[in-house]
Amino acid sequence: MRQSMSLGQAIGATIRRELLLAVRNPGDVINPLIFFVIAVTLFPLGGGVDDEYLSSIAPGVIWVTALLAVMLSMDSLFRADYEDGSLEQLLMSPQPLFFLVLGKVFSHWLVACLPIILLAPVMALMLKLPVAGIGALLVSLCLGTPILTLIGAIGMALTVGLSRSGLLLAVLILPLYVPVLVFGTGVVDAAINNVAYSGLLALLGAMLALAVSLSPLAIVAALRISVN
Amino acid sequence: MLEARNLFCERDDRVLFQHLDFTVSAGQVVQIQGSNGSGKTTLLRIICGLNGDYDGELLWQGQNLDRVRSDFLAKVFYLGHAPAINKTLSPLENLRWFCASRGQGDPADIPAALASMGLKGYDDIPCYMLSAGQQRRVSLARLKLTSAKLWILDEPFTALDRKGVSHLETLLSDFVTEGGSLMLTTHHHLQMHCPVDSIDLDAVKQGRAA
Repeated sequence: MRQSMSLGQAIGATIRRELLLAVRNPGDVINPLIFFVIAVTLFPLGGGVDDEYLSSIAPGVIWVTALLAVMLSMDSLFRADYEDGSLEQLLMSPQPLFFLVLGKVFSHWLVACLPIILLAPVMALMLKLPVAGIGALLVSLCLGTPILTLIGAIGMALTVGLSRSGLLLAVLILPLYVPVLVFGTGVVDAAINNVAYSGLLALLGAMLALAVSLSPLAIVAALRISVN
Repeated sequence: MLEARNLFCERDDRVLFQHLDFTVSAGQVVQIQGSNGSGKTTLLRIICGLNGDYDGELLWQGQNLDRVRSDFLAKVFYLGHAPAINKTLSPLENLRWFCASRGQGDPADIPAALASMGLKGYDDIPCYMLSAGQQRRVSLARLKLTSAKLWILDEPFTALDRKGVSHLETLLSDFVTEGGSLMLTTHHHLQMHCPVDSIDLDAVKQGRAA
């Protein structure tokens, strides 16, 4: 009983620390968001003002830029902790690392992905996405971005020891992002075309369940390798 | 408490140490000595489980360390070269996370721990405003909070002023006198109030060559 209480406190403290860090270093949160807004805005400028064309590419554009923004945000996840030695302290915690790492990734999702999700409907309207697709877009992003964050955290944990990991990170994790992207845009396309999309959502949900239960193990193992 | 049997470690085809046996029991201080690059930090990290590239056996309370890892982690405190202080957080926030993430120490004791390290009034100042020595003191304030029985300290005296050094020596001596165990590396001449055993990694290597 006491142990589970202290585990709860440990997770809570980890989440609180990450949120506090996000407040102190707002750039880590705002940069991906600005990237998302700018990149989406460029498409109507470059692709012409043909409404039909815009609305047909809208799901893909929003999903791809959201995906890249998430990847961009990953760099701040373990970098500072690796450099100042906090990562070693984390790995030496007697608490189960599975949950501490999950708490860390969850708070990263809160500060990096949630603003993107909230801004997505506005961007969708700008790209003339039919209103019928907006609900599906939000749901697919809510299910999809945690998967992206968890997978990205594995890649980041593996590359945190390297000084310039940007490109390597992309090469490592982009192939794993593909299924999420395919199903995510599939959900929005189906909603626009009035096709039932609950099956696709269930698939995304299953992928999320798999990612939540397995990726913390991979992240911990990768962090051990990086610290070694 | 802790026992090492026949430890072997090499890095880049260079043997750091081999046939290394030692025990650390309650109330014992073990100072790891050796020249730069002789593997002092590596040895400490191997014991802590942060480095897995070694052969040999580590025992904790007589059992294989890997098997009793969680019990070991609950009773060991490690402080490496890096102070493990996030510079954008204040000392209070840094130590609060330390206490909660390890389930040790009462957060209410943090101000007293900081004050005893000579940091009274610095509780809420971001750590990047503190000097290197003050950051080291924040880091060492953890010693006041942890309930660990084995302290593993890698160059704990770095950046401390003379008063800080003697204060830390007293703190370490008291800990050992009360039955704690201490492993540390330092190039500073230790002035402890208790006997200090040492492991000389240079000698371990020479013994092999001879």
